[in-house]
Amino acid sequence: MRIDGMGRVDRARVLGFTFDGRRYQGFAGDTLASALLGAGVRLMGRSFKYHRPRGPLTAGSAEPNALVTVGRGARAEPNTRATMQELYNGLASVSQNRWPSLALDLLSVNDLAAPFLGAGFYYKTFMWPKAFWEKVYEPVIRRAAGLGALSGQPNPDRYEKAFAFCDVLVIGAGPAGLMAALAAGQAGAQVILCDEDAAPGGRLLAEAEAVDGRPGADWTAAQWEALRAMENVRLMPRTTVTGAYDQGSYGAHERVAQHLADPGAAPVECFWRIAAQRAVLCSGALERPIAFRDNDRPGVMLAGALRGYAHRWGVAPGRRVAVFGNNDDAHRTARDLAAAGLEVVALVDSRHDAENRAGDVPFFPGHVVSRAHGRRGLSAIEIRGADGRRQRVAVEALGVSGGWNPALHLTCHLGARPVWSETLAAFLPRADAVPGLRPAGAVAGALSTTSCLRDGAEAGRAAAADLGFAAVLPAIPEAEDAPGRLRRLWAVPGRGRAWLDFQNDVTVKDVKQAAAENYASVEHMKRYTTQGMATDQGKSSNIGALAILADATGRDIPQTGTTTFRPPYSPVPIAAMGAGAQGQGFAPVRETTSHAQSVAMGAPMVEAGLWYRPSYFPRAGETTWRAACDREVAMVRGAVGICDVSTLGKIELVGPDVGAFLDVVYTNRFSTLKPGRVRYGLMLREDGHVMDDGTTARLEADRWVMTTTTAAAGQVMRHLDWVQQAWAPGMDLRFVSVTERWAQFAVAGPRSRELLNGLLDAPIDDAGFPFMACGPVSVGGVAGRLFRISFSGEHAYEIAVPARFGASLFEALVARAEALGGGAYGMEALNVLRIEKGHVTHAEIHGRVTAFDIGFQRMISPAKECIGKALAARPGLVEESRPQLVGLRPLDGQSPLPAGAHLFAAEGAVTPDTDLGYVTSTGYSPTLGLPLALGFLANGRARHGETVRLIDRLRGAEVACEVTDPVAVDPDGGRLRG
Amino acid sequence: MVELTAQTPWAALLPVTAGATGLSAWDPGPMTALMPYRGRRAALSEAMQAAHGLGFPDPGEVTAAPPLRCLWTGRGQAFLMGGPADPGLSAQAALVDQSDGWVALRLEGETAPEVLARLVPVDLRPAALPEGRTLRTLCGHMTVSITRAPEGLEILAFRSMAGTLVHEIADAMRLVAGRAVLG
Repeated sequence: MRIDGMGRVDRARVLGFTFDGRRYQGFAGDTLASALLGAGVRLMGRSFKYHRPRGPLTAGSAEPNALVTVGRGARAEPNTRATMQELYNGLASVSQNRWPSLALDLLSVNDLAAPFLGAGFYYKTFMWPKAFWEKVYEPVIRRAAGLGALSGQPNPDRYEKAFAFCDVLVIGAGPAGLMAALAAGQAGAQVILCDEDAAPGGRLLAEAEAVDGRPGADWTAAQWEALRAMENVRLMPRTTVTGAYDQGSYGAHERVAQHLADPGAAPVECFWRIAAQRAVLCSGALERPIAFRDNDRPGVMLAGALRGYAHRWGVAPGRRVAVFGNNDDAHRTARDLAAAGLEVVALVDSRHDAENRAGDVPFFPGHVVSRAHGRRGLSAIEIRGADGRRQRVAVEALGVSGGWNPALHLTCHLGARPVWSETLAAFLPRADAVPGLRPAGAVAGALSTTSCLRDGAEAGRAAAADLGFAAVLPAIPEAEDAPGRLRRLWAVPGRGRAWLDFQNDVTVKDVKQAAAENYASVEHMKRYTTQGMATDQGKSSNIGALAILADATGRDIPQTGTTTFRPPYSPVPIAAMGAGAQGQGFAPVRETTSHAQSVAMGAPMVEAGLWYRPSYFPRAGETTWRAACDREVAMVRGAVGICDVSTLGKIELVGPDVGAFLDVVYTNRFSTLKPGRVRYGLMLREDGHVMDDGTTARLEADRWVMTTTTAAAGQVMRHLDWVQQAWAPGMDLRFVSVTERWAQFAVAGPRSRELLNGLLDAPIDDAGFPFMACGPVSVGGVAGRLFRISFSGEHAYEIAVPARFGASLFEALVARAEALGGGAYGMEALNVLRIEKGHVTHAEIHGRVTAFDIGFQRMISPAKECIGKALAARPGLVEESRPQLVGLRPLDGQSPLPAGAHLFAAEGAVTPDTDLGYVTSTGYSPTLGLPLALGFLANGRARHGETVRLIDRLRGAEVACEVTDPVAVDPDGGRLRG
Repeated sequence: MVELTAQTPWAALLPVTAGATGLSAWDPGPMTALMPYRGRRAALSEAMQAAHGLGFPDPGEVTAAPPLRCLWTGRGQAFLMGGPADPGLSAQAALVDQSDGWVALRLEGETAPEVLARLVPVDLRPAALPEGRTLRTLCGHMTVSITRAPEGLEILAFRSMAGTLVHEIADAMRLVAGRAVLG
């Protein structure tokens, strides 16, 4: 119901919205929860396990009960706290975890079965038969219990991630935070002020007490405007600082446009990473309930929330209200609601010596509320005196206060434990819990408004002064300064179920049972009862639960300790944390200069690291990739093919000592290489295994260019840096990547020189450009580089031009190749060509093989040292029994040889210990007319000519194979020369 | 004789404008990596002064003698841009041509630092990155060089990633512009 004359909502702006399909009206400034309460709706959700009817417990971010799904279809946002969701016109919301409806939830039979569903019930009940857990019990339990569900459709909303930087981060814009930001801002520091609420002010919006002679909300608005006018202050409302991390970094979650029907082009949410020199934590305190029988009825809420709903939004869950507390603060609720014209029928205070501070209301000192009545909404409470006499009082709303817990969660994110204060009966932040962060105000135990204002101002000033700003303490406005008197009461003893954790349905009895079953550590109790889990992370129940546990185990609260508060403070959607990373946003795309033409030629592109490369170039009439691949292989073997090889890493090394340096990096010798020549090299990791291979060309006496494989380009660059810094600091050379600077194309096949001679400004011949030669060339007046190297095994070249001419050169090369009976070839053909030739790639040099394994032992020069040489000689790394690189062909000449298959002896058992090796690469060789594979086989080099069984359990293949030399085509290399 | 034509990797992608920011390409001209040999930094700087009128930049710095600029780009490495490097410098330093290897973009407008704050984990506001300063950092997952020039923030990135770079910056520009509309 609405309370006349109360609240700061704009009653001139009426907003229509729906809840479970029914239409309601609220006002601008309402939250969904306040609008529903204003419309007379108290029942907003069902509990997780027992499906108990629930209404809002709080008016803020700690809300355990009022979780709803907002929005429709793919844009539906489950588990939205109705207490945080700002109302907008047309907002559509539905309740969760009920069937068929919120009012009539058939799954509330769970509540009747409560005796069997107590703490740890699923550990005990569903033990056997064992196989039933995964297939039967767990799915059934999952369906019966839970919160909201995702739509299952791709999320169409835009999200954002961002970084921010400041001198002083102020977390929370209540009285302490506003003063901290003013003090630091006036000193000249760069300040960021975040508040999770849409409006600044914190408790000042929820109280009647004046600040500086004005209503707290008005004073807040004036300070907010003053801060907005400062250029060095950045205000971030709707932004929850969710985590404190190392080195002054903080995570924050901003609800940018969740309060609008249409976000337009703006992101709906943003996940911030804020780097702050200093931080002032002004997160305030969270009120805690007192547990009593059926204290979860809709209409029972925290006393401060009840008061806040009246002051800020002008709503209450009903006209007849009662208040139950163990402290003076609760009296304000009774006082304010009576002043607002509601019927306050009881102020119940558990302290027998309490004085009535609420004025003319029925006062029950030394009494407790022992039970709430009314299933779908509170209808009455039972008040019990010290003498055990009970009376039943009809009410529609009850405010409960068990005191206040400082919201110190962030101070525990780096591992610090909070400190128990006997005086406040609450945990306080440990000093220096987060380096550079200072708690101020209620979170530091300063519970009156005046002390918050003063503490915040001092903390803001100190933070700025710490950073060298000349900071003055701003004037502290006049405000309420009542001492917060309290006598502990966690739970009202009695029969029935008294709720501690509303979100996870944990009762006082559950915690006691955990203790009885010796789950006496607070961490064990948490896991056994599930107290403190789910979206609210037990903000309203943690302290109560551990106090009950302390009682039950005969320890005091500091001995019992708290569970560990971890980030995030409140839920952060994965969509916000992963903003921009959907689909192709996941990783950058690297495109070669021939990309657009390859795509235009119909080539399907495949990923190679971040690069995209063409897999084949289909021609008319080719219905399968194999047809295109076979044709491209034949083109290269018979005429000439063109392939973009720009993705290979290219590192230019310059200086007098490059040769000596390469001798350290490569297993074989490079210092003897003459200018104008290229050499193949193998490099090892320090542990003696093969890291990468490739060719290095000596362009001039002191200028070299190394090529790496596409996959290992970054790793090799890092490796070179390491070798230079750790092993060759005295050598004079410098190197830098030129991968992106050159577009490079393979021109391969018997007609390759013929093609080039039609293209180069000056023709070449075999004498001037023999196999493994390199040198500068001119193409249409553009200076390029030519290398006579071959991965295909044919007479072949690689030609490089500056990247801006890449597309143009590719076009010219392909056109000329086609005129000579050839054309472009892709990764599939490239792979077949190299398998036919027995060349290795990272399919073979996969990180676990040695030079010995791939038959390159003789490439480790005995005459010099190199990285990895010593460890490559370890016993076990050079044994004949090791799997060695071999070629394989099917005895029947046609069965495919799947990669990943394992090799076994021709006869005998097939078990893990009779495994002789595995297949690494495979393809159909059109040159030989049969499938070929490369693989590793124990003692393989001695087994050429033998028969082994290839077995692929995954694809159900078994093929008898002949073991061969890895080189199947042109073993003497005659085609490379001439 | 074949005629090769030069092409840019951003052909149809640029310029982009959204809200108060504009993203465009610019031509850095010839670009040479200068990497002084052991103990030759000072000698290189002197040789550069003599040949080009600018020195070798300290970490995070840019030296300039229009139309030439020299950008610090990493440990013992700087890029000379805007004209060819004097071959005589090769006595003091390794010289490697980097032209074509990098795309050069410029982000203009007051909210440019706000836009890049969506992608770059370093403070780029004028107080933190004034004119004449440069840094190496990440833009999303891409390694970049960012420099403040009078016209705006200049971004150098690998040529092959130009598409992703433009796409990601343009996305961030649209989100920031979308926020501005919210007020």
